[in-house]
Amino acid sequence: MLASWPIRPYNAGNFSHTRERHMSWIENRFEEGLIVTSMDWAINWARTSSLWPMTFGLACCAIEMMSFASSRFDVDRFGAGAFRATPRQADLMIVAGTVTYKMASRVRRLYNQMPDPKYVIAMGACTVGGGPYFKYGYHVVKGVDLVVPVDVYVPGCPPRPEALQEGLMRLQDKIRAQSVGLPKGSKRAAKLGLPTPAAAV
Amino acid sequence: MTPQQIAQRLGEKFGSAVTQSLPDDKHPRVHTTAEHWRQIAEFLKFDGELAFDFLACLTAVDYVADNKLCLVADLISMTHHHEFAVKVYMDRDHPTLPSVSDLWPAADWHEREAYDMMGILFENHPDFRRILLPEDWQGHPLRKDYEFPREYHGIPGSYEMDWKQKADYPA
Repeated sequence: MLASWPIRPYNAGNFSHTRERHMSWIENRFEEGLIVTSMDWAINWARTSSLWPMTFGLACCAIEMMSFASSRFDVDRFGAGAFRATPRQADLMIVAGTVTYKMASRVRRLYNQMPDPKYVIAMGACTVGGGPYFKYGYHVVKGVDLVVPVDVYVPGCPPRPEALQEGLMRLQDKIRAQSVGLPKGSKRAAKLGLPTPAAAV
Repeated sequence: MTPQQIAQRLGEKFGSAVTQSLPDDKHPRVHTTAEHWRQIAEFLKFDGELAFDFLACLTAVDYVADNKLCLVADLISMTHHHEFAVKVYMDRDHPTLPSVSDLWPAADWHEREAYDMMGILFENHPDFRRILLPEDWQGHPLRKDYEFPREYHGIPGSYEMDWKQKADYPA
């Protein structure tokens, strides 16, 4: 079948087999320049390497986010440098700053306007869980995950741009593990009459 | 004019309407009550020797122990280069004041903020509504007895904070 990713390493432990036995039936059968890959790998590669964030800063964390986007930290190396001015073109919402109750409905609306697949990074202590406003802030949402689903939490007050880069890389790891097909084992589960994961329905 | 002269002039003009005169304080000021605020404000602005043509700040204080709210107006005269302040005390249960936004345009938004945060009601204000919080917000958060929202449009609030349990909350 098609090559799976990551490509299985050469079976180094077992020297009794010849090289020919390890070649699959499809190898070396096409002309040069033809690439064979799995749909999952290709789609995830495209998604991870062109995460377009939304231009969206709520408070002081946005300053660090701007630094993360500009030349010193240069998020373009990760393919996430194209900050879009509209949620319709964005894949990634970096919630950078304090989310107030008044802003929460706007954050949710912006999230709803983004096309699928969409990802959210909660940047900074305020968005992770209310931060310094947790106890005495009458107006602050105690974590943006009460408003939109969050993929990666980046703590800090504010987090350094390196921390946000780390968060972006963890999000890319998460995307690489996605599959366009049914979740593993769901066919088997359906055969056995077990409840299937919600995403498979 | 010196703060002493300003306080003296206000005392002569308004007599017992000036409940307290503190020209030697770090914050030179007179105290008055809600019903005299409008005429004192007009006098401060239009009197030729005072001519307070600039409202530097307008804010409010909650004296919950005395059951009073207080409006603080800091005034500067650009023509005479002097400054002074007026504190207007009012009943905490009926905090109503005449607006001074026609005298000093800066008072427009400041009065809206004083309403938003402290719940002081200003009469004859041209655009009287909340300025910072959403229009459907309950309560005025800078009041000492304000209770935190437990829930706002389906978003749960903090259950950590109960002001009634605080040691410094007056019984």
